[in-house]
Amino acid sequence: MKKFIVMLFLCCTFLNAAHAAEDMFTFQNAQDQQRFDTLTTELRCLVCQNQNLAESNAPLAIDLRFQIYKKILQGETNKNIVDYLVARYGSFILYSPPFNLTTFILWLGPLLVLLSGLGFLLFYLRGNKQRTLHVDVA
Amino acid sequence: MKIRFLLPLLLFMVVIGILGRGLRLHPNVIPSPLINHPAPAFALPSMLHTGETTTDKNFLGHVTLVNVWATWCYACAQEHPFLLEISTAPQRDFMLYGLNYKDDPAKARDWLKQHGNPYQQIAIDETGDTAINWGVYGSPETFVLDKKGIIRYKQTGPITQEVWAQTLKPLIEKLRNEA
Repeated sequence: MKKFIVMLFLCCTFLNAAHAAEDMFTFQNAQDQQRFDTLTTELRCLVCQNQNLAESNAPLAIDLRFQIYKKILQGETNKNIVDYLVARYGSFILYSPPFNLTTFILWLGPLLVLLSGLGFLLFYLRGNKQRTLHVDVA
Repeated sequence: MKIRFLLPLLLFMVVIGILGRGLRLHPNVIPSPLINHPAPAFALPSMLHTGETTTDKNFLGHVTLVNVWATWCYACAQEHPFLLEISTAPQRDFMLYGLNYKDDPAKARDWLKQHGNPYQQIAIDETGDTAINWGVYGSPETFVLDKKGIIRYKQTGPITQEVWAQTLKPLIEKLRNEA
């Protein structure tokens, strides 16, 4: 736990430096480089949970970037690479989690809030109208 | 009419309840999707028997705890005395294996000599590839494997007296009685 806090602190302290986290990964073509950039941006660092793999300088993030790099060189598809990581770290590693039983509140929550807001608004407006009518009649 | 005045209070209590629950969650503990799946295969050099290989096959036939540790890991050192305690208990009914994670093996050997070795076997994972395969994201982590080598539980963070008594010990007992 203490180590985690220290790591967290380090991650935050080096936030500015993190943008310079360009590893020495060289790709044979621009397309692979593009894939690497996309994947590391879409995947979460599990140590610094509010950073993606591209930004984080946590040792685990560096290792995971290296795994992704190796897999791209081996010719694996993006889906394969993401599936590999999800199988080990869970969908938590995805910045865009899948829609399922554990995440439905996450996805539908905003819609529910919007609907209840609209419901309240309608209810309130109707009440106002009746009051206005009441005044008119009086 | 009165309900109207109570409504903000009710809402407030609901929000407090949710926030209170949030305080007691551990968002840094990520549930492992490997639970109820076979331990990922590996073949790594053994730390205790130079020249030999430790593999996932070593887990078969008995309940095993696989503890991911390193000398650079502060919390591992904190956990270490308790590992010694459970490992040297007279009626130990499980195996305690170590996965030495991204460490200097020579340093790790010295460390064990100095502080005592709780492990029956240790696999050396210098690159950390095996740990990633196991979904390790911070050490110490401890996997509980049943006799068939299936991962049944994962403890993230040190094993404390409390974790041991409330979770791990009863689980090991249960797994021991399985076929």
